[in-house]
Amino acid sequence: MGGTVRIFIDDRPVEVPPGTLVVDAAKRAGVDIPVFCYHPKLEPAGMCRMCLVEVGTIQVDPHTRQPLRDVEGRPVVQWMPRLQTACTTRVAEGMVVRTNTLQVQEAQRAILEFLLTSHPLDCPICDKGGECPLQNLTVRYGPAESRFDYADKMRQEKRVPLGDLIILDRERCILCGRCIRFQEEIADDPVLGFSDRGRGMEIITFSDPPFASYFSGNTTDICPVGALTTTDFRFRARPWELTPIPSLCAHCPVGCNITLEVRPSARKGGWDILRVMPRQHEAVNEIWICDKGRFVHHFATAEDRLRQPLVRRDGALAPASWEEALERVAQALRQAGAGAAGIIGDRLPNEDLYLFRRLFEEVLGSPWVTMDPPVFGGEAVARYGVGVGTDFGRMGRGSLIVVMAGDLEEEAPIWFLRVRGAVRRGARLIVAGGRPQKAERYADPVLRYRYGTEALVLLGALRALLEQDRIPPAVRDRLDGLEVLRARVATYPWEALEVRTGLPRAAMEALAEAVAEAENVVFVFGREGVVDGEAFVGMAADLLAITGHVGRPHNGLLPLWPHGNTQGALDLVGVRPLPAEVPVLYVVGADPAGDGRPMPRAGFRVVQELFLTETARMADVVLPAQSWAEREGTFTSAERRVQRFYKALPALGEARGDWEIFVDLALRLGAGWRYFSPEAVMDEIARQVPRYRGMDYAALARTEPQWPPVGTSRELYFGGTARPNEGGLGRVWPTEAEAPGARWPLFWKDPEIPPEDALMVVPVRRLYAQGTLIERTPHLRNQMVAPTVGMHPETARRLGIAAGQPAVLRANGRALTLRAQVDLSVPPGVLRVPAQGAPRAEVVEALQIEIEAGVRDGAVLR
Amino acid sequence: MGRYILLRHREIPDLHRLEVYVRHGGYEAWRKALTAMTPEQVIEEVKAAGLRGRGGAGFPTGLKWSFVPKDVFPKYVVVNADESEPGTFKDRELMEGNPHQVIEGALLAAYAIRAERVYIYVRGEYRSVARRLEAALAEAYPAGFIGRDVLGSGYSVEVAVHLGAGAYICGEETALLESLEGKIGHPRVRPPFPATYGLYGKPTVVNNVETLANVPPIIARGAAWYRTMGTEKSPGPKIFCLSGRVRRPGNYEAELGKITFRDLIFGEEYGQGLLGEGRSVKAILPAGASAPMLPASALDTPLDYESVQAAGSMLGSASVIVLDDTVDIVWAAYKMVRFFQHESCGKCTPCREGTYWLRRVYERLVAGRGRPKDPELLESIARQMAGKNLCPLGDFATSPVLSSLRHFRQEYEAYLRAAAEVAAPAGGR
Repeated sequence: MGGTVRIFIDDRPVEVPPGTLVVDAAKRAGVDIPVFCYHPKLEPAGMCRMCLVEVGTIQVDPHTRQPLRDVEGRPVVQWMPRLQTACTTRVAEGMVVRTNTLQVQEAQRAILEFLLTSHPLDCPICDKGGECPLQNLTVRYGPAESRFDYADKMRQEKRVPLGDLIILDRERCILCGRCIRFQEEIADDPVLGFSDRGRGMEIITFSDPPFASYFSGNTTDICPVGALTTTDFRFRARPWELTPIPSLCAHCPVGCNITLEVRPSARKGGWDILRVMPRQHEAVNEIWICDKGRFVHHFATAEDRLRQPLVRRDGALAPASWEEALERVAQALRQAGAGAAGIIGDRLPNEDLYLFRRLFEEVLGSPWVTMDPPVFGGEAVARYGVGVGTDFGRMGRGSLIVVMAGDLEEEAPIWFLRVRGAVRRGARLIVAGGRPQKAERYADPVLRYRYGTEALVLLGALRALLEQDRIPPAVRDRLDGLEVLRARVATYPWEALEVRTGLPRAAMEALAEAVAEAENVVFVFGREGVVDGEAFVGMAADLLAITGHVGRPHNGLLPLWPHGNTQGALDLVGVRPLPAEVPVLYVVGADPAGDGRPMPRAGFRVVQELFLTETARMADVVLPAQSWAEREGTFTSAERRVQRFYKALPALGEARGDWEIFVDLALRLGAGWRYFSPEAVMDEIARQVPRYRGMDYAALARTEPQWPPVGTSRELYFGGTARPNEGGLGRVWPTEAEAPGARWPLFWKDPEIPPEDALMVVPVRRLYAQGTLIERTPHLRNQMVAPTVGMHPETARRLGIAAGQPAVLRANGRALTLRAQVDLSVPPGVLRVPAQGAPRAEVVEALQIEIEAGVRDGAVLR
Repeated sequence: MGRYILLRHREIPDLHRLEVYVRHGGYEAWRKALTAMTPEQVIEEVKAAGLRGRGGAGFPTGLKWSFVPKDVFPKYVVVNADESEPGTFKDRELMEGNPHQVIEGALLAAYAIRAERVYIYVRGEYRSVARRLEAALAEAYPAGFIGRDVLGSGYSVEVAVHLGAGAYICGEETALLESLEGKIGHPRVRPPFPATYGLYGKPTVVNNVETLANVPPIIARGAAWYRTMGTEKSPGPKIFCLSGRVRRPGNYEAELGKITFRDLIFGEEYGQGLLGEGRSVKAILPAGASAPMLPASALDTPLDYESVQAAGSMLGSASVIVLDDTVDIVWAAYKMVRFFQHESCGKCTPCREGTYWLRRVYERLVAGRGRPKDPELLESIARQMAGKNLCPLGDFATSPVLSSLRHFRQEYEAYLRAAAEVAAPAGGR
């Protein structure tokens, strides 16, 4: 296409790309055309008829190609006989649009009067009241009163649960179908639909369980009336009572921008988060969030939050003053000195991560500090992560997205939406994994390999490229280690690769071909089933590097990190093995005991937490920390975007910010720390940590206008309740490969591959898996995934386990008490366990199974 | 040659049987097209004949076919047999009595646009009609008229019958396509039109049953012959469905523009006058409930597209319903409004809400509880609906309201006077 066309809207000239909808062109020209069913993120439906306008074409003299003019010199316009819907009409050269003539105004009044004939007008008790497009447009365009006899109004059900999270009020519904189209076009969970017809038409859900979708909450944002409400927010507050605070979601790698809407609450005896809304960031989450991000906030104000320090007295944890607790900790740390060890969770903000590491390395002189959970691939991401400016929202034809060893929708729901959007615009998706997932609907092709052979699959692709010598010369010049790679890859014959991966050679060649020919390649990698993470990510990096898909926007590695600040934890703490036994162990925001991860034995344990987790129960001192809602800070998403979040609630009880506790301890240990706020810490990070150069709070708070413009109550166009971004768009730190003239080193390591007939334990991450935080949200209770050990029927037979049987599995020194679930989607020879059941995928060395009847030892393994 | 071009089964017994149809020249046009004509020539012939769509809109059929892109596959022909307009029963008789002519027409349309699949979308209530069509197909397939490599031409085409689920809206071509795809019958936004984006998003021609029944004679005998019938702008024969207060209701085949309403209602070979003695025509519904009603003064209007339009209505599907002087016009308008309210698909606001509101006002009016401003209110609601809908149904629904108010306002006023008399004593107390 290219170029623009020039049209006139209310006599204003507007230049827009061909194919633009009149309603969008008008918005760009600053003209509001009222809409209900239209939504800039959805395909136009043309059904509410609110956006009717006059459309005409300037008549052109066929000979001179000049506009025909009337006696007064004005261009002659041929008007269409009927009003046209601006949401379905696309611009064309010479088009003339009028949005405010008497005829248009009459139509607008007519549509509003019609809509209100079946509307209950229960605004005083409606959650949407105050931010309702129907209210707003009626005030601006509607008739002052209706001629409809209220007694003739059709009565409909006021409370129709569409599931555990969303309730439909059929009387308020104006049947615009935005929710249906969102579920079909964006979420691809087409579980809503219209049923019946005429005035009896209604929205229904036809899935079982009803409204089965991770994205259902978004329908309440884009509902232009109060028909769809969440069970969380319904009847809890009027929107004008809420204070919106910009924040971030920390529960997956995406880094969704959100708004915490807070208000004093008698129920909570203080302030409360009434609802969580998306905050627009077109390069991160657009205007969407997943239901976990929307509803998980209840942990922040949960009854059982720790509110004061606890110390162990006579074998039991008992309340204590901060002074006593901190003095005990300081004393223990002083004695332990360089022997002390620290574990810090990857949901803590950057400022706290940075100070924790300094506390150990500089104040105590101890190298024993690590992040939790441990992840692999950090170095590869620093070198070959996605380039600055990468945006799924701008990817389409010519782009390839590869998803490997992870479940896109379960682990990064909003990336799933955005990748699907890219596919709709023409991007290609390849999904490689050990089991089926939703994203495979659009995959071309799906590569189903044996868990644990990820590196070999990529090695096969590398082999194909090297054999065909498909390395662009400009790329070859920048590569280091190409000959080593070539020589080592050649030692893996195709037959062996085929047998071990379970993939035909052609599949690996197809992957190579797709990567080589694509203009852009983003390689999304997870951890599911991965045994040798270093080799896997290294091969992925090599694949991108030798095809030139690194060091620029829309290209590079993108990790499916477990949480919202895993990247920050890698940047500021890192992964280090700890000794098996230490004098003092200090665990912050992590629950290795509860999550089944190893933890050093320690004579004295300090746990800093929100809740009395399993790890905290074992502690000698428990320090109550503030949740992210009670303080400010920054998180770094897996796209390496450093973003700010703001304080939304006062501290709960005596809880303190993690960074404050570290400062207090450092002072007690004699360090001359002077930090008065997280901002001061970030100032130092921006000076000291090269990746974070220039990222002070002011820089991170900068915003720029986003398209499409979204809803404030004055925003008549969009009408949704997503918040405009007033908290900052953040900044992405550049990868090493992006530096001018940077060399691109290649990686090599002989991958460690599980034996062919091995039994493997594979932890699988699910969005609604059990966890300390999510369990505090009652609304999600029914959707939580029951912890089971999933296995193929063949495996179950081999192990002598029946479906539904509770069993204790003892393997590799850990015991898992789970119900067996027989599931054809699990490959044979694999025990699928919840992600918190095992630290990583591994080969089962010795398995002991206890079934109710007794113990069966050594059920065949190899 | 008999007097019928379309309703030929009236002269030829058992014409629905393939052997009889073939004996009387059936499938000769099909053979001629496949062996001696290119698809383009078929389109040109139909264009030259001036055939206009018989479903109601009267759009030139050949032109419609010529809009289909040549290089996109697959393509589809869909036969609109969702005959649902009140008082319309011509397609039913054609499909029952002369099914092969409809099928042959559909095959010619498929060949003309190079479609390989034809769907006949039959109104849900027409189960027996669908069986008749299926029986005809079961004969035509083994005879080599349908299927792979038809008559050795190398061209392959499949025909399937699909029953609708009972919604008037599915007679609208895009709602029909949605329904055929298995979705709820909601009209689509146009453009794009079915010719480029039709069934399953592929180029599609949707034609009415009667339209397609005109195609075999055009191909067999040529456009020039066809144009000897009817008028310049409305050539050819047309089936008129006559019902209402007439002595002999039924389907009548006549040339377009050659007879008037009066001929149709009173002619000896047509309706033979009104039921009962001493009755007179009060109003005519020229196209079921959809087109504005005309007063008796329009009786001498010739029955072609242009003339009926000039008289203030539409020929539409030519289903003429006659209302005599015993008919209560307000009641009749209420019946029609109720019909549209029941059949509105609900997709667009003005139609969904407007038909409901109209119905509520009519309800109180006919119940003797009308309010003095109700005629103005009805007119205003109808005008608010008109011209603002995605498909024609919302505009159709205003026809009985606006036309009855225009021609028979005094009947509304009679209702209001009666209502006022009932209310007066209460008001005086």
